[in-house]
Amino acid sequence: MAEDRFQAPDYYNLDELLTEEHKLIRETVRAWVKKEVSPIIEEYAQKAQFPKQIIAGLAEVGGFGPYIPTEYGGPGLDQISYGLIMQELERCDSGVRSTSSVQSSLVMYPIWKYGNEEQRKKYLPKLATGEFIGCFGLTEPDHGSNPGGMITNFKDMGDHYLLNGAKMWITNAPIADIAVVWAKNEQGRIHGLIVERGMEGFTTPETHDKWSLRASVTGELVFDNVKVPKANLLPNKSGLGAPLGCLDSARYGIAWGAIGAAMDCYDSALRYSKERKQFGVPIASFQLTQKKLAEMITEITKAQLLTWRLGVLRNEGKATSAQISMAKRNNVDMALKIAREARQIHGAMGITGEYSIMRHMANLESVVTYEGTHDIHLLITGMDVTGLSAFKNDGTQF
Amino acid sequence: MKILVCISKAPDTTSKIAFTDNNSKFDENGVQFIVNPYDEWYALVRALEIKEAGGGNVTILNVGGADNDPIIRKALAIGADDAVRIESSTEDALSVAKQIAEYTKQNTFDMVFCGKETIDYNGSQVAGMVAELLNVPFVSLASKLSLSGNTATIEREIEGGVEVVEVTTPFVISAAKGMAEARIPNMRGIMAARTKPLTVLPAYSSQNATKVKAFTLPPAKSACKFVDASNVEELVSLLHNEAKAI
Ligand SMILES: Cc1cc2nc3c(=O)[nH]c(=O)nc-3n(C[C@H](O)[C@H](O)[C@H](O)COP(=O)(O)OP(=O)(O)OC[C@H]3O[C@@H](n4cnc5c(N)ncnc54)[C@H](O)[C@@H]3O)c2cc1C
Repeated sequence: MAEDRFQAPDYYNLDELLTEEHKLIRETVRAWVKKEVSPIIEEYAQKAQFPKQIIAGLAEVGGFGPYIPTEYGGPGLDQISYGLIMQELERCDSGVRSTSSVQSSLVMYPIWKYGNEEQRKKYLPKLATGEFIGCFGLTEPDHGSNPGGMITNFKDMGDHYLLNGAKMWITNAPIADIAVVWAKNEQGRIHGLIVERGMEGFTTPETHDKWSLRASVTGELVFDNVKVPKANLLPNKSGLGAPLGCLDSARYGIAWGAIGAAMDCYDSALRYSKERKQFGVPIASFQLTQKKLAEMITEITKAQLLTWRLGVLRNEGKATSAQISMAKRNNVDMALKIAREARQIHGAMGITGEYSIMRHMANLESVVTYEGTHDIHLLITGMDVTGLSAFKNDGTQF
Repeated sequence: MKILVCISKAPDTTSKIAFTDNNSKFDENGVQFIVNPYDEWYALVRALEIKEAGGGNVTILNVGGADNDPIIRKALAIGADDAVRIESSTEDALSVAKQIAEYTKQNTFDMVFCGKETIDYNGSQVAGMVAELLNVPFVSLASKLSLSGNTATIEREIEGGVEVVEVTTPFVISAAKGMAEARIPNMRGIMAARTKPLTVLPAYSSQNATKVKAFTLPPAKSACKFVDASNVEELVSLLHNEAKAI
């Protein structure tokens, strides 16, 4: 891949809304990404491998649980810092951001919020340094958008739980040391369990031949009579609201991350269109190219404002799940459209690994589907404004 | 070892350069400022390496206004122990050097590290002036520095080769490429920088000794002209009449 010449657009001087520390955090992650990840990411995406060598650095720049308090080994940053870190990681690759999102919001977050003190002390510091990699098992082969229908279950055997079932499409599964798994108890109530690699009957086969998020590993979690110690049940929250609380945190990060991918596509398209000449002039001088670029920067600016405001609300503990849904849906869709337009501006060059565009575009096809599909988020907004659920055709509440 | 690292701010290399006040002042509007790279990448990082190897303390010194605090915090995030900013609006080399020298006289240091120049005005003067005002040795353009007791062996890149100099503390150097490898701060460093002391001192009496009359930008680059490989005559004529290169 060509040298990473990224320069971030800031059309509305939104930097003025950030603190000096926010900007330092953003510049730090950007500098680390340019030095350590940009030079290798294309190669790893082509090989469909996760670059494990970046784990330690990712931890150093706050990629694992940025908002986890210092007493548990996290840096204790605010939500805008978390967002900016996700933006900078996804600016490089959605797969790298996914690794970080899963570890932070889907593994560390539930242990921090729903776990007991012993579990927090046992797992969080190791997850913060990357010594442990975690994954999150909610989706099943037959239950994606409707996770409440899950069939993975556990039985109380007196001195332990017996876990059976299977999860699919699980980010980090093949390299994970621990999995936060959502399963139903004998009464049908959803609980979170921490399953550790090495427990008998627990396997994590890799999902091959993905055309998207190739630099992130995905796999299955298979539980065949796995004995899980009782101490591994997350005691402080149960029901579907528990995994959905984690998803709120991850989706919020994705809303920022998508802006990063969009910025990278825009920045590359802007530079390319000024350098590339056809008919004797730079292609940036054609109205049709300008329309694409002007619309891109408009959409990026709108998304930046939306997301910054959402960050303030989250810092104040006031952001609703529906507000987060709106930002995830809007921003990922915006990024995907920008990737497609930017691909056009790059002409044939846009399909090669010389540029990040096609990789972003393919990655975003996963991002638009995972953590609630584009349409599911629309239904969440629809339900929020009408008070009526359209998830099931019988009009009942979600 | 007590090391003082002098840092200044410089515009990010991608900044648009423009001037105000009849072309006598740099237009800071919309410009993103960074730690001057020679100060950060070489002077500061080498100072930290020396401290990490043999103990001691690394203090950051900046002469300027409160708008310089972000770059000072970055230097603290990279690992310096504490910082001092001398509140001063004078900006020519001698007045800045006097501030640094006064502070250094009142707070003893074994070594004072500066960058070889700032990437904006490229004056390369402050470090030498500080040494002169303190009456201590000065080694410019240091590209390597190793320490044994109080004696430093310093390499300087000179035209066509390397000069090796020996000097004992206290001394002043200006650091050039090669001294160290740039460090990216980590989140722990950024968090720690929040609570590291940054002392603001009033300026020692000093005034500008020089005054900038005007800046001019280099002429804009004109577009490349392509000459057909077979048309040597045209090439020679262009080189002769237009580029005036031959
Ligand atoms: C690369 C990747 C990584 C992933 N990582 C994880 C992970 O780490 N952990 C995890 O638990 N899951 C993970 N997932 C799974 C992801 O969350 C699911 O794919 C997602 O929730 C959608 O489920 P599904 O694929 O089963 O699609 P389905 O739910 O079958 O949906 C198919 C289509 O039907 C539409 N649809 C479904 N229901 C409705 C409705 N009521 N109204 C209108 N339209 C509807 C959807 O919008 C979609 O377009 C990952 C997925 C991918 C691709």
